[in-house]
Amino acid sequence: MADLEELYREIILDHYRSPRNRGELPPPAIRVEGFNPLCGDELVITLLVDHDTVVDLKIAGSGCSISQSSASLMSAAVKGKSVDEAHQLIATFKQMMSIHEASLDEGEEPKPIDLRSLGELAALQGVVKFPVRIKCATLAWNTLAQGLDEASAG
Amino acid sequence: MSHGGAEVTPFDVAALRKDFPLLDREVNGKRIVYLDSGASSLPPHQVVEAMSEYYETTHANVHRGVYHTAEVATERFELARRKVGRFLGAPDPDHEVVFTKNCTEAFNLLAHSWGRTNLLPGDVVVLSELEHHANIVPWLQLRAERDIELRFLEVGEDYRLDLSQLDATVEGAKLVSVSAMSNVLGTITPLRELAAAAHRAGALIAVDGAQSVPHLPTDVVDLDLDFLCFSGHKMLGPTGIGVLWARAELLEAMPPFLGGGGMILDVRTDGFLAAGPPARFEAGTPPIAEAIGLGAAVDYLEGLTMTAVAAHDQALTAYALDAMSARFGSRLQIFGPPAGPDRGGVLSMALDQVHAHDLAQVLDQSGVCVRPGHHCAKPLMRKLGLSATARASFGVYSDRDDVDALLDGLEAAGTLFST
Repeated sequence: MADLEELYREIILDHYRSPRNRGELPPPAIRVEGFNPLCGDELVITLLVDHDTVVDLKIAGSGCSISQSSASLMSAAVKGKSVDEAHQLIATFKQMMSIHEASLDEGEEPKPIDLRSLGELAALQGVVKFPVRIKCATLAWNTLAQGLDEASAG
Repeated sequence: MSHGGAEVTPFDVAALRKDFPLLDREVNGKRIVYLDSGASSLPPHQVVEAMSEYYETTHANVHRGVYHTAEVATERFELARRKVGRFLGAPDPDHEVVFTKNCTEAFNLLAHSWGRTNLLPGDVVVLSELEHHANIVPWLQLRAERDIELRFLEVGEDYRLDLSQLDATVEGAKLVSVSAMSNVLGTITPLRELAAAAHRAGALIAVDGAQSVPHLPTDVVDLDLDFLCFSGHKMLGPTGIGVLWARAELLEAMPPFLGGGGMILDVRTDGFLAAGPPARFEAGTPPIAEAIGLGAAVDYLEGLTMTAVAAHDQALTAYALDAMSARFGSRLQIFGPPAGPDRGGVLSMALDQVHAHDLAQVLDQSGVCVRPGHHCAKPLMRKLGLSATARASFGVYSDRDDVDALLDGLEAAGTLFST
């Protein structure tokens, strides 16, 4: 059960049981939805971006402990950060999830991950050993990326 | 789907398990407990051997060569069709069984070919709320194109179809297309009653037999069906093969679905003449080995007898429901009717507040394979107010040890996520 304990660390269970930044922000906040068709996870992120800063964001929806705790941890990590920092965090997080989008080309070594820059988010690294769950962990981050794109487009 | 009064001879599950090599494997150091037969059943070695024996001794394309091996391949392919037809009680097994890729493709064939020929804007197709996406999406596609009307028979609070409005719902319909057994709830629907109501209204009846054909005796004449769709890989057969059965005169009147080789009598630069059924609906080289494998799966099931398979399912389901209730009480919710003749071996569960995906993950650590998610039945899940359940489903090789391992795994999950 060692891998399982690695997956379900106390921080993760804590964020699952007591999710942070729960709810929905009213308009003009941007509202984006993410779905994980595999397991039916549904996530709604509402976020307010002002002067390139994620001023506030809230999480609604339902899903498994990994998708929900990842969303909760993400909300705590991103709130108050600049849009650039948020993008950087998304990239680092996905890299931790073994998603090396930029390094699919031959010969290019992925950069080592600075786990310290992830803080509490590093607790989710146990997910990598459970490939099916990577989609659960990244749902919030992909949805956030979509929201940030809409914010910069709007 | 039909239970005669004849004596049922049970089969020896412990002996039968030796036919399924995958059951000897270990997962995470534990004996594998395969409880996902509703998604895909394990093939017995007889099926795998029939396929490799074909590839090693008689492989050739069918319906083309005149050399001996090609002739034998064609014979074996057509023999598989006949076996499947007889298994369903088809009056004309050689002409009424169309091989498809899977149950989903069978429904697409039905909607595309029969639907586009027979349905005009405003025409009504009746489905039910417990359908799998395979029996919903093709009709939604047709509605988008043709503006047909879709009506849904509702699921009641007892997890059965609510038939109180049956006649009113099917009135004026051209087709009633319903599942014989829900892949989420295990509900076995009253096909005779549905077929009779459809026919009274002048409609045809199509049935999704993906879950029922592998587990219950099926007789298309006795049930008075018009179309039946199912998959090979849920009935101990290989993946890549499914079946559309239809009454011969219906197939005769249907235009081709996919076009290409094998489905024609003649082709000129200005047109083509389609072959008769079933070749008309089997464009291109068909899944020959898979058909032979499916034929072997039918032999295997007939060796057990489908009444015995159904009885095994019923008994194991009753055992599981009793044991679950005794051990977990109201902590474990099971979505489906109580054990009985209209309850198949599909158990959709929710334990405490544990999400289905987490439940399945912890169960996996104990070697227990269950399916988390919406089971390709999102309209039903919405109706039930659920985003996901963990589903355990039985096959002919499932036994009480499997159920007991499931219960131990549930206990472990409950402990891990207890607050």
